[in-house]
This record gives sequence, structure tokens and C-alpha cells, in this order.
Amino acid sequence: MEIVSLNQISPDQVIIWSWGFITLNVTILYTWLVMAILVFISWLATRNLSSEINVSRWQHFLEVVISVVRGEISEMTKKGTDNYIPLIGTLFLFICTSNVLVIVPGFVAPTSSITTTASLALCVFIAVPYYGISSNGLFHYLKEYFQPNFIFFPFHVMGELARTLALTVRLFGNIMSHEKVIGILLSVTPLLFPIIMQALGLLIGVIQAYIFAILSMVYIASAVSAEEEHHVHIEVKKEGSPA
Amino acid sequence: MDSVSIVAMASIFAAGLTMAIGSIGPALGMGRSIQQALAAIAQQPDERNSLTRTLFVGLAMIESIAIYCFVISMIVIFANPFWGHFVKAGR
Repeated sequence: MEIVSLNQISPDQVIIWSWGFITLNVTILYTWLVMAILVFISWLATRNLSSEINVSRWQHFLEVVISVVRGEISEMTKKGTDNYIPLIGTLFLFICTSNVLVIVPGFVAPTSSITTTASLALCVFIAVPYYGISSNGLFHYLKEYFQPNFIFFPFHVMGELARTLALTVRLFGNIMSHEKVIGILLSVTPLLFPIIMQALGLLIGVIQAYIFAILSMVYIASAVSAEEEHHVHIEVKKEGSPA
Repeated sequence: MDSVSIVAMASIFAAGLTMAIGSIGPALGMGRSIQQALAAIAQQPDERNSLTRTLFVGLAMIESIAIYCFVISMIVIFANPFWGHFVKAGR
């Protein structure tokens, strides 16, 4: 079953249903599907949580996921790990689910469309000043843009925009290229070789989800921790001055 | 040769050259970074986790250059604006 043909670069171009100016393309449909799967599994797992010795299998599964995400985040930041779990964990789970479900025939990964990845990267683009301002205050956050002096302001702004673009294009390029490679291989050596590439694609999908989450955490941590280092520096000076 | 076939020929040629030249630099860079990371892990196996994470982040940064080239060659082949202009004018 082929939904997105080989000469279409994005699943946005495949329109399933349209009514007036409202159109429903494949990307939106499969994004809704992934959202429904995630919400359903979360509902199923958190239906009867318990702190007894005997916990359900789903609760074990979710606890493992949460503890892995928390462990990764806590190595990036010194404090406030639980603030970042909702954003980073959701990004990781959404991208990972949509990349892994590619092995189901007929499924088109919503991350192979540049609109999905651009909106995910926009979330990170907005989350960086949000966490930076809420932990350091508006003045200290804006002051970071003028370090070491005011000439560097345009470069900081360009860096913010460029890394958002890089997040977008990295995820989109990886997943889309993988789909195209499998499509081309199917027409050249159809029997066994595409299966190996599918297995490689699962690995690439999980690694890309990990990288997206880790990079967004690095960006947020750099906005948050710049001020913390400043505080530590001042405290060291205060302690050191009497001696 | 009419202008349509010149555009088609140049597009295919440019897409191939973009991938060929554009993947040399990232390949060399990734090779060097993995070499250094392996040497560092061999020296300090206790720091394996943080080294691996930093390696992945760095590899993602390097790889994105090759991905830019790939996306541009895909645009040149599948969503070429000049080609679209000719197709529209031909109708």
C-alpha cells in the first residue's frame, strides 16, 4: 500500500478529505493517530496507579520511561529536573512513537513532513525563553544576549534562529530520506534488502528522537544555567574575600 | 537543446554534485570525532555516559550539514521552482 508516492516530497501534498477551505491531509491524520495512541496508553497505564509492591505491567513500563527521561535530564541540569519532564518527555515520546510506527504498513510518519518538525522546533524555540525567564527573570535573560558586549546581539539572535532551523531540517531530512531510500530500494532490489534498511530505519528513528530531546534540553539548559554560574561565581568571591 | 532540457539536465547534475561534495566534509568530521571519542572512552571508561551523550549531540550537529545538502538536492529534484515555472508555462 503506497500512500505517498515517490515523487512527492512531503505527505502534506496527499489530501484525503476537504470541505471548503478545511483540508485534511495525511500528516494531520497520522499526527492525530499518534496522539490518540499516546493518550490511550497513558490513560490505560495511569487508570489504577498504586504504590504497593504489586504494580501493573503498564505502570512498570511508564515508570521505566519516566525514570530514563528524568535520568537523562538530571545529568544536564543541576536542579528543577521535574520542570522539564513534561516538555522533553512529550517531545521524545511523540517523535519516537511516530518514527517506530513506520514498520506498520500504510503508516506515514508525521515527522517526515517539514510542517510537523517545524512546529515541534517552534515549541522548543518558545520554551527556551520561557524557562530562561521563569528561572532567571526577564532582565538577566535579556542580558545574556549582550554578552560579552552589545556587538554580539545579532549573532545571538541568528544563533537562536539557526538552531531552530537545524532542529527542523535534521529530523525532517533523516526521516524523509529514509522513506525515499526504502522506496528507491523497493524498485531496485525488492526482495530482502529493504528489510535490512527498515531495521536500520528503526534505529535511526529512535536515535533522532533521542537527539531532538537532548538538543532541546541542551538549549533550555544553556538559557537557564548561564545565570546559575554567575551566582556561583559571586558566592565563591564572597567566600574567598576574607581570606 | 531547448531551455527545458537544460533545466532538467542542470537539476539532476546539481543534485548529484550536491550530495557528492556535500557529504565529504561531514564524513571526515564524523570520523575524526568518533576516533577522538573512542580514544577518550578507552582512556576513561568511567566517563562513558557523558562522553557518549556529547558524542551523539556533536554527531547530530555535524550530520545536519549533510542533511542540508540532502534536502537541497531533494528540492532540486522533486520541488524544483524553475522546473515548476516551465511546467506552468507549458500548459
